[in-house]
Amino acid sequence: MQSAAWYITLISVISLIGVFYFVISNSKVKEEYSSFSKAWYGVRGKWFIFLIILWVTLLIITLKPFPLPSQTENYSDKGDQIIDVSGHQWYWVMSSDTVVIDKPVVFQVTTGDVNHGFGVYNEKLELVAQVQAMPGYTNKLVYTFTQPGKYRILCLEYCGVAHHGMIGELNVKES
Amino acid sequence: MSKATVDKIHYSDAENRGALIAVKAHLITGFLVFLLMMLGGAVMRAAQGALMPSVGADLFYQIMTVHGVGVVGTSAIASTGILWYFLRQYVQLSTKIFWLNFFIFLTGVVIILGSIFLGGYAGAWTFLYPLPGISLGVWSTGAAAGFLIGLLLIGTGFLILYLDWGRAILSRYGSFGQALGLPQLFGKEPLNPYHPTTVVVGTMVLIVDFLGIAAGAVALVIMLINLYNPEFKPDALLVKNLIYFFGHVIINAAMYASVSAVYELLPQYTGRPYKTSKVFYAAWFAIVFMVMAVYPHHLYMDFPLPKWIMIVGQVLSYGSGIPLMVVTGYGALMLVYRSGIQWNTSAKLLILSMFGWAAGGIPAVLDSMITFNKVLHNTLWVPGHFHFYLLLGLLPMILGFTLYLFNIPQEKEPPLVEKLGFYSYAGGALLLSLVFLNSGSNGIPRRWAVHLDEWIPYAQLGAVAAVLVVFGFLLFTVRVLIVLPKAAEPVPAAVH
Repeated sequence: MQSAAWYITLISVISLIGVFYFVISNSKVKEEYSSFSKAWYGVRGKWFIFLIILWVTLLIITLKPFPLPSQTENYSDKGDQIIDVSGHQWYWVMSSDTVVIDKPVVFQVTTGDVNHGFGVYNEKLELVAQVQAMPGYTNKLVYTFTQPGKYRILCLEYCGVAHHGMIGELNVKES
Repeated sequence: MSKATVDKIHYSDAENRGALIAVKAHLITGFLVFLLMMLGGAVMRAAQGALMPSVGADLFYQIMTVHGVGVVGTSAIASTGILWYFLRQYVQLSTKIFWLNFFIFLTGVVIILGSIFLGGYAGAWTFLYPLPGISLGVWSTGAAAGFLIGLLLIGTGFLILYLDWGRAILSRYGSFGQALGLPQLFGKEPLNPYHPTTVVVGTMVLIVDFLGIAAGAVALVIMLINLYNPEFKPDALLVKNLIYFFGHVIINAAMYASVSAVYELLPQYTGRPYKTSKVFYAAWFAIVFMVMAVYPHHLYMDFPLPKWIMIVGQVLSYGSGIPLMVVTGYGALMLVYRSGIQWNTSAKLLILSMFGWAAGGIPAVLDSMITFNKVLHNTLWVPGHFHFYLLLGLLPMILGFTLYLFNIPQEKEPPLVEKLGFYSYAGGALLLSLVFLNSGSNGIPRRWAVHLDEWIPYAQLGAVAAVLVVFGFLLFTVRVLIVLPKAAEPVPAAVH
């Protein structure tokens, strides 16, 4: 997902630079506004329709199924791997530090003090999953690991002056 | 206002001189603080790039706190200066109240600076409950209270100013609906293409900022009570909602306030009027609601938030970009196209602002989709998109307006210092934003004082970009300090 976001942004920004370049390079010549305004307003209408179609398409693709796990479901009945996680200034407490691949892991995340961000990173330092750790709430994050290895848990919500030192470890093994 | 043209408000020469001085004070303050904030930003990137070992974590997070709150506050005060300058031409505004807000703002700033650099407060501008009260001894309760009280004071000043705007708009137009052009939009009155764009902008900003600041004030008061009476524990998710509603509205409203410079000045540079229309009214009416309703895109990773709120956040976050992409940006490009425009630096900056706003919206919209947010939230992607917005969208509007106030004849060739400043600033800002975005796409977290070895090259490249930005902005600031204080009131160019 991350590289898709990057390339979409890059291509869109370059395209936009192209549009601005076209307009700016056509700005020094003077022409009556009425000679082209109607035609370009027509283009604007089409552009608007394009953005609306894109809007609806993106909403359908990205919201169905809803991309966040249900918070009301009782995962312990399903035989998933369950880890209770608690964030503290400035360390993580986890009920277990080992899970296996190809079987959903349910992280039940809360905090002992302030807001923290529970971010799971693989060995290549790619962010694979995250959820906030919030006072008074237990947030359920469900993720299925497909690659074994040593994963790191980094804090993704600023939580005080040792925020960057709040690093935990999770071992993901072959089943 | 059903007339075909607009009657501008008449002020005496002395009143106009006083108003211009007040606007200049807002802008000069803005330039000086922005420059300092940019230096702070460059220092942070250099520290993350292991280029400044003397900046320890304590100092880094203090700079980070002042950088965040300083940029938001200064954006608000400078953009208010722009909108007030144009709005007072159409409604009767009080210069005394404009100054009152300015001095309350400065008082709040002094208190906040004291809380950070004397009290050691480093709870970030987001002051997420209960972090200000739980620092593990790094800062005191008094320092946290100072920060919150400083913010509360600044908000109060703005609320007083907005009461004056509200009074002025109501006394001229009778209702906010009239000022927004709603009777024309819904066909109850004939279309008046000369209804001032600035009045529409000013009314929208007044409504959303008033509500945003009021919500922020509630959060601040709740947290102040909690600081001194810890038995009182508000719901953390509720406070987070209030804070992000407040923060998102404030910074977005600063953008929308500054865009009045584009509406007012591009017609002067191109000789073409920016007429209001039903499409224009519809876009701004939609924005009133969208700006207030999109903030849940900051809270997707708070899974207990009701699902429907998240869906609304995603739907409207995309939607809020449409009025910009279809009306403001597109309209600005149409004004410029084959207009024979003389490209002075002000005009260049205003068109750059349209590019920055539109382009910055792309990574913002992506991050506002839950599917992407799951792996981009709270990475450097987020500062990437808002630095794009602010450095290439908002600040070029403020710069472009300030250079307009220089009152230099349009046909005069811009001095080398402006050209150099423009390219150093724009190039640096683009590079800086892209480095942030690329860092975010590589999973680098935001708000980390010390970076892992693998991330250091990104921070170093970011530091180089930041130096270019600081250099370009420094050139502009020096020029502003020399030229602006003595500049006379500009005479608007004819628009046909």
